[in-house]
Amino acid sequence: MARRRGRGIASVNYPIGMNLGGDPSQALVHSNPGGKFTVALSSIDLGQGMKSVVRQICAEALGVPVEDVFVDTADSDTGPHCMGSFASRGTHRVGNAVIAAAEEARGVLLEAAAEKLEVDAADLVTDGRGNIHVRGAPSRLITVADASAAAQFEQGRTVSGRGIFLVPMSTPDPETGAMDPVTCYAHACTVAEVEVDDETGEVEVISIEAAYEVGRAMNPRLVEQQLVGGGWMGMSHALWETTEPYYPDRSHGPTDFNQYLMPGPGDICEQRFTILERPAPDGPYGGKGVGEMCSTPPIPAIANAIFDAVGVRIDEMPFTPEKILRALKEQGGAR
Amino acid sequence: MSHVTLDFRLNGTGRTELIAGGETLLSLLRHRLDTTSIKQGCRQGTCGSCTVIVDGEPRLACITLAATCDGCTIETAESLPGPGGLHPLQQAFMDHFAAQCGFCTTGMLMAAKALLAANPSPTREDVVDAISGNICRCTGYQPIIEAVLAAAGAGPSGAGQPGGSRPGVV
Repeated sequence: MARRRGRGIASVNYPIGMNLGGDPSQALVHSNPGGKFTVALSSIDLGQGMKSVVRQICAEALGVPVEDVFVDTADSDTGPHCMGSFASRGTHRVGNAVIAAAEEARGVLLEAAAEKLEVDAADLVTDGRGNIHVRGAPSRLITVADASAAAQFEQGRTVSGRGIFLVPMSTPDPETGAMDPVTCYAHACTVAEVEVDDETGEVEVISIEAAYEVGRAMNPRLVEQQLVGGGWMGMSHALWETTEPYYPDRSHGPTDFNQYLMPGPGDICEQRFTILERPAPDGPYGGKGVGEMCSTPPIPAIANAIFDAVGVRIDEMPFTPEKILRALKEQGGAR
Repeated sequence: MSHVTLDFRLNGTGRTELIAGGETLLSLLRHRLDTTSIKQGCRQGTCGSCTVIVDGEPRLACITLAATCDGCTIETAESLPGPGGLHPLQQAFMDHFAAQCGFCTTGMLMAAKALLAANPSPTREDVVDAISGNICRCTGYQPIIEAVLAAAGAGPSGAGQPGGSRPGVV
C-alpha cells in the first residue's frame, strides 16, 4: 500500500462561442454631451472582467482615453440583445460588436470635428488622450468633448453607433459533408501531477502546469485570474463535484454545501501558466476567449495522471475514491 | 414570539433595536439595518458569505441569534475603509485580483480581518485555516490567500501561487 505519483497530459482545441452560425451579440455606443462615452450591452459580467475588457476595446476603437468610457451591462430592457456569458464567447463576440459600434460613433465624431475645423474628416486622427487633430498638424485640434458638444448642440448629430457580431451559418457541403462550424479556436495544453493512495483511493493534485493560447491577452491580469480560478474549477470537476454521484440513480445527491463537495483553500495545488499570444484574424484586436475553456483540460489531464499512477482508467467524473478503489480491485491492485 | 431590546455597537455606532426572540443577526443587520455588505448565501452556516466580527471573533450571522449579541461590538465590511481610503485588506484584494463575482468577498474580508487582529503575522496555513469556512466559486482561493498574506506584510507582494510566479506572456 502506497501513495503513487503519476503525471498526465491533455490538450484542448476550444471553439469560442456557439457553433454552426448565429450566436449574435449587439452593442450600442453613444457620447454624452460632455464627451464621455457609454457602451450599452445586455451582456453580463459575472466577475470574469467583461466590463474591463469591453471598456479597453471601446476606448481603443474610439481613440479616446479608457477613463472616458463607461460600460452599462446586464439589463436586457435597456441594452441590445446578447446571447449571454458562456462558452468563452464574451471577449470575442461582444468585443467585435463593440468595435463595430465604436467605429460608427467615431465616424460621426470625426465628421463633427471636421465641420468645426473646416477640414476633411478623412484627414483627422485621434491622439488617445481626448483630442482630435489634423494628421501631421497636431496644433490644428479640437477636443473630443468640444466635438461631441458641437455635434449635439450645434449640428444636430447623435454621436452614436450600432454594432452586431454574427457568425455566418455554415451548411455541410452536399457532396463531402465538410463544413466549417467554428470560426475561432483557442488552445491549451495542461500537465497534471497527482498522488493516488492505492489503499484509500484518494487523489491529491500536486501541481497543474499549462500553456494557454488565447489570441491576444487583452488584459493579462484578468487572463491570469481566469486561468487560476478555472484550474481550480477543473480540479473540482475532476475529483469533487457532482449532483448525482450514482447517476442515473438519483440517490445520495447532495442537498447543501455540506454535501456538495468542492476543494477548499486547503486542497488547492500549485498552478503555473504560460500565456501564448497568437492573435485571431476574426477576434477583436486578435482576442479569443479564456473563460469556460480553462476549466476543461485539467479534467482529462488528471484522469491520465491517475492512470499513470495506478494503472486504472476512470472515465466518469468525478474520479472518487470509491471508483478508483473498485477499479483497482478489478485490476488486482495498482500497477 | 416575544420581543427583546438589544443594545450593541455596529461599526462604531451605538444602537438599540427591538428584535424578535428568534431573529438572526443576518436578518437584523442585512434586512432591517441595511448593512448589505453581509451576503445571504446558504442561511445554514456552510458558505461563510455572511461572516461578521462579533467582539473580535468571526461569526456566521445567519446562524447567530441576534439576541445573543446584547452588549456586543459588531463589525461588518462597511467599517473597513478609513479616512485614508481603502483598508489594507481591501487594497490587497484589489491588487491580487482576489475578487471576481464578489459574493464571498465581504465574508472573506471579515474572516481575514479577524485573523490579522489575532495574528498579525500569519503563515499560509493560518490563512487557509481562517478562510476555510468561506466558499469561493470563482478565484480558486489562491489570489485570496496571497492577498491576505500581502496585507499582513507576510507574503511576497505580486507573487503568483504557492512557490509560483506570474505567467509569462509569450
